[in-house]
Amino acid sequence: MAKVELERVWKIYEGKVEAVKDATFTIEDKEFVVLLGPSGCGKTTTLRMIAGLEEITRGTLKIDGKVMNDVEPKDRDIAMVFQNYALYPHMTVYDNMAFGLKLRKFPKDEIDRRVKEAAKILGIEELLDRKPRQLSGGQRQRVAVGRAIVRDPKVFLFDEPLSNLDAKLRVQMRSELKKLHHRLEATIVYVTHDQIEAMTMANKIIVMKSGVIQQIGTPHEIYNKPANTFVAGFIGSPAMNFVDSKIIQDNGLWIKSSGLKLKIPKQFEEQLEEYVDKNVIFGIRPENIYDKMFAMAPVEGENTAAVMVDVVEPLGSETILHLVAGDDRLVAVVDPKTEAKEEQKIDIVFDMNVMHIFDKETGKAIL
Amino acid sequence: MKKIFTYFFLILISLYILVPLYVLLATTFKPLQEIGISDMWKLPKDWSLSGFIKAFQKLGPNLKNSFYLTIPATIISAFIGSINGYVFSKVKFKYANLIFAIILFGMFIPYQSILFPLIRFLQSIKLYGTISGLILVHVVYGIPITTLIFRNYYSEVPNELVEASYMDGAGFFKTYTKVLFPISIPAFVVVIIWQFTNIWNEFLFAVTVTSSPDKQPVTVALVNLAGSQVVEWNVQMAGALLTALPTLVVYVLLGKYFIRGLLAGSVKG
Repeated sequence: MAKVELERVWKIYEGKVEAVKDATFTIEDKEFVVLLGPSGCGKTTTLRMIAGLEEITRGTLKIDGKVMNDVEPKDRDIAMVFQNYALYPHMTVYDNMAFGLKLRKFPKDEIDRRVKEAAKILGIEELLDRKPRQLSGGQRQRVAVGRAIVRDPKVFLFDEPLSNLDAKLRVQMRSELKKLHHRLEATIVYVTHDQIEAMTMANKIIVMKSGVIQQIGTPHEIYNKPANTFVAGFIGSPAMNFVDSKIIQDNGLWIKSSGLKLKIPKQFEEQLEEYVDKNVIFGIRPENIYDKMFAMAPVEGENTAAVMVDVVEPLGSETILHLVAGDDRLVAVVDPKTEAKEEQKIDIVFDMNVMHIFDKETGKAIL
Repeated sequence: MKKIFTYFFLILISLYILVPLYVLLATTFKPLQEIGISDMWKLPKDWSLSGFIKAFQKLGPNLKNSFYLTIPATIISAFIGSINGYVFSKVKFKYANLIFAIILFGMFIPYQSILFPLIRFLQSIKLYGTISGLILVHVVYGIPITTLIFRNYYSEVPNELVEASYMDGAGFFKTYTKVLFPISIPAFVVVIIWQFTNIWNEFLFAVTVTSSPDKQPVTVALVNLAGSQVVEWNVQMAGALLTALPTLVVYVLLGKYFIRGLLAGSVKG
């Protein structure tokens, strides 16, 4: 098991397209790191550079302290699970899993022991004689994972491994991969565009956009302390509300927008002092907006607002409200017992202790 | 009514195509004295295999030459094409497209235009007048088409399959032998039929590169069968039949893969 370090790594295609810009991060031993971002953000390119499938244009890649830039993929001792599984179609499941070990000239009984053990862990023992085309998507996925784990490599790379599975299977495989990580004590780098996968599995998330790393942190940090509006909007569903506002002074600091006037809690005042009378972006997650009927601590005129209900989406366990306040549009996730009706007014309460403020120009988090 | 028309035309066209074949077969089984321009359309009165026997006696050694030529040339050019196809479809390198275009250009060079330099070259490497020389010529001339077919075939193979093999610890050649080659059978069938037919039927290189009759492939010998004064038509036709037989057999055996292979890639399946 191993530590992976990227230092100022760039990938530039044909001297023009900058796919990855100046990426620096460290993946510690036994860590489960997720590279997260929308398509085309450079996350897969980063993974492929670690694998050795893409050349590194500039910068250094180290595995266990050794520079790996010019080492062939086969000599890096890394295993990779591909999005489309990439099983060898002419080999049985057993041979697919044994392939890497055979190439490394492992003794026959050792190969047999490892393949059978991996098959047992993944619950595919009865499939060992089948060919990939006789397997379902979920089974293929397990074989692809099995092919990686039999080799006991330094690092596992996963390239969107769950995105070809149906929703139910995805949830199941998600928890299985997480269990597998604990069991194998493996170093894993996992690429996905699915924030739920990232939040549920990762020890550390690296959020990327347009080839640039936006933020590195634990799922908790990424969710609660997003570094900028991109990260704040990308993580969480429904996405965080952003409201163009101004900070004003009126016996304390206030957020003032076209439809809202909310009091900023005392503990934030010091950090925001220099932004008084400046335009900022006020961010609040949908789950931090409450129907007043079910709110814990409404303080009239300080953290409340009267808004128009545009759309009501009952999901059973919760209800999503699309709200309009002046020119501002808000989404709130509220108690399903809400009596809010479309085209009617409703009082809502903001949990201002978990609010976010972003710089209007740069999008960077101020608070 | 419409169907009757369709069948009528289909039968008409088939007859049109089959008429020469009928003449060929009818003449083959006639003894020499029955053959004449007036009896051309008649079935043999006296069925005879003498034409066949004579043709086989005369062409036998040349048929053997043709096999010695065609089989190695086909196999070697198929393998070179397969490796080239792998490189052009799965290995990224500078100017790959330009080099590929230049290789393809080889397909459009008429045989006639390179005969002189070709023969001079074969003479200087001491392969002129030999089957090996002819094999070399056909292998080289086959590279563009075999490369094209294999490149197109391998383009349909997901890159991840090759990458998975690299990650599993295989290098360039191991990936070819263990992963790509075993799934290339359809492409090999196409290339083998194509090359076998072309090389077997080829005449111009055969007649210019091999000068002595005991080295000549069957296509050249077949032409020489027609003597200078009298043409023994039954022998000539039987010879033609014998010459055409191997390609026919190859096509019948592998034909269904041929159609499938040519279509592979055009339809996602």
